[in-house]
Amino acid sequence: MKHVIVGGGPAGVTAAETLRKVEPTADITLIGGEAGPPYCRMAIPYYLAGNIAEQGTYFRHEGDHYARLGIRYLNDRVEAISATDGRIRLAGGVDLAYDRLLLATGSRPAMLPAPGLDTPGVYSCWTLDDARQIAARATAGAEVVLIGAGFVACIIMQALAHRGMKLTVVAGSSGRMVRSMMDETAGDLIMRWCREHGVSVLTGQRVAAIEDGPTVVLADGQALKANLVVVASGVRPNSEFAAAAGVTVEEGIVVDGYLKTSVEGIFAAGDVAQGLDFSTRTRSVHAIQPTATEHGRVAALNMAGRSVAYRGSLGMNVLDSLGLISSSFGQWQGVAGGEAAIHLDAARYRYMDLKFDGDRLIGVNSVGRTENLGALRGLIQKRVRLGAWKDRLMANPYRFMEALVAVTA
Amino acid sequence: MLKSLHIDPDKCTSCLLCELACSFENEEVFNPAKSRIKVFTFHDQGRYVPYTCTQCAEAWCMSACPVDAISVDRATGAKVVSDDLCVGCKVCTIACPFGTVNYNHDTGKVIKCDLCGGEPACAAMCPTGAITYVDADWTGYDKMRRWAGKTDAGPQAHA
Amino acid sequence: MSWQGKILRVDLTKGTCTAEPLNMEWAQRYLGQRGLGSKYLAEEVSPKVDPLSPDNKMIFATGPLTGTAVSTGGRWSVVTKGALTNAIADSNSGGYFGAELKMAGWDMIIFEGKAPRPVYLHIEDDRAELLAADYLWGRTVWEVEPAIREKHGDPMLKIASIGRAGESGVMYACVMNDMDRAAGRSGVGAVMGSKNLKAVAVRGTQGVRVRDPKGFMQAVATARAKLDPSPVRKSFTRHGTMAMMDTANRHGTLPTRNCREVQFDGVDKVNVATMTRVRLSDGKANLIGNKGCFACSIACGRVSKIDPSHFSVQGKPKYLGAQGGLEYEAAFAFGPMAGVADLEALTYANYLCNEDGMDPISFGTTVAAAMELYETGAITGKETSGLALPFGSAEALVALAELTARGEGFGKDIGLGAKRLCEKYGHPEFAMVVKGQEFPGYDPRSMQGMGLAYATSNRGACHMRAKPWSDDFARITPDNKANVVKASQDEVAAIDSSGICFFATNVWTLDDLASQLDAACEGGWTAEKMREVGERVWTLERTFNLKAGLTKADDTLPERCLKDAAKSGPAKGMVAELGKMLPEYYTLRGWTADGVPTNETLQRLAL
Ligand SMILES: Cc1cc2nc3c(=O)[nH]c(=O)nc-3n(C[C@H](O)[C@H](O)[C@H](O)COP(=O)(O)OP(=O)(O)OC[C@H]3O[C@@H](n4cnc5c(N)ncnc54)[C@H](O)[C@@H]3O)c2cc1C
Ligand code: SF4
Repeated sequence: MKHVIVGGGPAGVTAAETLRKVEPTADITLIGGEAGPPYCRMAIPYYLAGNIAEQGTYFRHEGDHYARLGIRYLNDRVEAISATDGRIRLAGGVDLAYDRLLLATGSRPAMLPAPGLDTPGVYSCWTLDDARQIAARATAGAEVVLIGAGFVACIIMQALAHRGMKLTVVAGSSGRMVRSMMDETAGDLIMRWCREHGVSVLTGQRVAAIEDGPTVVLADGQALKANLVVVASGVRPNSEFAAAAGVTVEEGIVVDGYLKTSVEGIFAAGDVAQGLDFSTRTRSVHAIQPTATEHGRVAALNMAGRSVAYRGSLGMNVLDSLGLISSSFGQWQGVAGGEAAIHLDAARYRYMDLKFDGDRLIGVNSVGRTENLGALRGLIQKRVRLGAWKDRLMANPYRFMEALVAVTA
Repeated sequence: MLKSLHIDPDKCTSCLLCELACSFENEEVFNPAKSRIKVFTFHDQGRYVPYTCTQCAEAWCMSACPVDAISVDRATGAKVVSDDLCVGCKVCTIACPFGTVNYNHDTGKVIKCDLCGGEPACAAMCPTGAITYVDADWTGYDKMRRWAGKTDAGPQAHA
Repeated sequence: MSWQGKILRVDLTKGTCTAEPLNMEWAQRYLGQRGLGSKYLAEEVSPKVDPLSPDNKMIFATGPLTGTAVSTGGRWSVVTKGALTNAIADSNSGGYFGAELKMAGWDMIIFEGKAPRPVYLHIEDDRAELLAADYLWGRTVWEVEPAIREKHGDPMLKIASIGRAGESGVMYACVMNDMDRAAGRSGVGAVMGSKNLKAVAVRGTQGVRVRDPKGFMQAVATARAKLDPSPVRKSFTRHGTMAMMDTANRHGTLPTRNCREVQFDGVDKVNVATMTRVRLSDGKANLIGNKGCFACSIACGRVSKIDPSHFSVQGKPKYLGAQGGLEYEAAFAFGPMAGVADLEALTYANYLCNEDGMDPISFGTTVAAAMELYETGAITGKETSGLALPFGSAEALVALAELTARGEGFGKDIGLGAKRLCEKYGHPEFAMVVKGQEFPGYDPRSMQGMGLAYATSNRGACHMRAKPWSDDFARITPDNKANVVKASQDEVAAIDSSGICFFATNVWTLDDLASQLDAACEGGWTAEKMREVGERVWTLERTFNLKAGLTKADDTLPERCLKDAAKSGPAKGMVAELGKMLPEYYTLRGWTADGVPTNETLQRLAL
């Protein structure tokens, strides 16, 4: 059996390793589109912050890891798939045959609808190479304008602040921070915290253009001169060549309950895949690390012919914004008819918002708490009927760990 | 035969000596806030439940870690965090469905039970035999482990 | 190390919280907790102060071993001038609160002044602030603890608070912590109430460090190896202090019906056997388990569930869950002392004492005094609003517990304590008290040493200021008791200043303790140095009391113990021979015949 895995991110690497585990003799090729060994995007901020060396972002730390596992690792880019004859074409000219193909190509930064993105000094922060370039220019005291205030932008902000840079964040017209994982209360707390910690956050502003300098020009004419501009305003899936091969693509590559695409023999996993959402039971793109590895694992098992259903991924995130830690799980927006247990101590930057459906926990937003956070995932993902504990959580939502212990022990 | 922590809440008196032993073993300070094992009190039932990592087979924390900072100690089966590799991203802390991987603000890394390399300090300190270190087969953790593996429809909570 | 080196000073009048360094020189001389707290009190407060005035101060004090892994190392004290006694008060408690305070980085809190409105103190490590407690005022300890945790969203907060008894000025109100642990004696809760301070909530995450970590763990292990397997510890674990009920009865030292008798005919209904026996009504035993305080390998704490069919809890579901159960001192006071032979009624009264923060010893002994006043006709249904108060009435006990906790009706009189109650109704001789504080569960006629310990205790009648048990149970004559009492008083003063529990030292010698203390902190601690600290603390307390106006005349026992002979038991026919023991005791202490420390004594102790 010939397995070809496109993408050297967490989804691809996990898939390759899982395949090797269950199929000791299969032929496995892993193709990474960037130079160097497979690394993890989400470790980039720690490299940027100066906490780790480049090697610290690598998935595996032994140099011969992939060779030892008999995984052929290629640095190249896939340009086209020919599904009918089971072959792919690489940019370097090589043509590879596959029996099973996994698309784990992740996503790339979305383009900002404004002119001047190619101005010198403007970067996205998505690849290790981006990070190298930024690191080379991110000297302490330098002024940096960060465009975007989403989850990834906030993580980059933390890293740049750690380097001692002076930060201005353009949060966009919504005026909110981490809108995709946090409700308004939590977003406001985070924004207030960032401002108190010396970051200037601009809200209600659209970027009109980037001019030489680099200078970020806002819609109201305000010009922000900087040493460095980092654009982190969203991503889009690397799915074009899949679409061209007839694979169904919506927000991402649509996969079924076994991570199969619409085309026989082709699977997809990770940021590029639009898979089953645990909470909503619909299909969506999650673009988070835990989903990527779980996708990778389940896709690999199915590629190996084991019929393993995917339980659906739970949206969850933990964010450190200049020392203020927040988290988000599942349906934090709540559902119609469901109750909420909310505790807010704005002065101390503490917030806990549990969302219920009946007596089951379905979503959480939290700020300022780190202890036992995973228990929230446990309660949600096991669909635990809380019974009497629901009332206790209504009175004090921070007792979630006790609730979990009461249920499991 | 691998051993694991066997916890018998019926014997626990909530003295927290396990928490003191744990924080001392790992940080040389008596500080329950830094303990990898935590005793939960259910006052109106007169029930006290020590709780820590089960070293579950799924190892959610390990597979979620982006930089391979969590690995299996071959001698004990424990999932162990390498301080050198951990970047402090905290993904493991939300991935662990038991809530037993925790972030340590002082070090910027995470902490979890590592079975003290095979001589768990909590078990040694426990005065009642509520925590013992025994052959993995017959521990009460099996129940939790099964729970960890289940995907859906958890049990009804009892008060 | 082991001390945190930091005090929190809370000025309730001004509403300020300030950190200041701990006086480390005093720490070497007074150790911590009871001793060091008393030193600060003596330095900062006039002994003549009215306990309930804003000029009195109240100190929450931990010891150097509080918060460490020494078995039982979770003790803390409330030190103040006692409302009940008008003498120096040190009330010692366990649970988790003291250790948490230490974890937060504080050795002590000194409260001064009086808040204009009810407040509570919230501490998160370094950060301390006073917050409005209007919404907590009028609520019980059991309501306050979850309410504060809910307010701050922090299930880990440890809380010390007063119930309604402390608010309404019950003279023996306690400071409660962790639902059912109490700084119980001498009315420290009334002092807290007088300051409009409802609660202290603390979360500590800084931890406690020791001087020599390896040596310390070694010393702890050695001490545990001695304590844990001992039969004494086993008995405490299995039976709690309740094991004393049968022993005291056998020895004829069980105070019964306000000390008119020394053995209780209903003892079988209120002892360990009854507590552990399956009830006919619901097929369950009263006792459901035991629990420990912080770091304790003994775990003598009782956990009980009351009989749901008992009259006291009808229509009151909140009392049906597990709660702190009867300890000997509560059981003796509600049971034999009041003549009540109904374990479930005793359990209920105990719950109420925990729930609203009343000292069960003082409450029970005051009820017993009221029953004697009632039986002799000194009070009637007129004063009690129709409540009949014969000895042995479980209904009366239950009703008085409710009334006193709420500060209603005749409960107000019960809240005065035995001394003030009996004076009010013209029979001071019915009050089984020393220095205004009610008797614990040992009759001085058959325990001569205990009698001397009661009479000389600096905080009034108390069984926890000396250790005369084994000697008293072995010898009922008064000879050489002064020696036993004096020596153990000094030891206990040191133990109470260290952060550990008296009970551990039923097995440990002072050497066992000193080796752990020495590994924990600077100062070259030996049993000898601890004894010296103990004697210094004792004498400091004494001088405080003398300056407060107490005299030799207060070192006495109620006439009943001095004049009426024991009616039964091994000491049948005996009275407490205080007259023989006291002069000897003064001499041993280096005090004058009037009980005043001589200059040489003060100098020797560097006072
Ligand atoms: C700065 C930053 C911080 C983040 N922080 C977090 C976080 O804290 N928590 C979290 O859960 N998630 C975080 N993420 C998101 C997380 O990194 C992604 O969800 C995860 O990397 C997705 O994994 P993947 O394998 O699907 O895709 P990727 O990691 O994007 O990997 C895609 C791989 O495919 C390769 N590729 C793409 N196109 C081709 C092609 N045509 N041919 C060959 N190879 C190709 C790429 O080179 C790459 O190797 C962060 C991301 C970034 C950028
Ligand atoms: S916090 Fe450390 S151990 Fe946990 S997932 Fe991140 S890098 Fe791995």
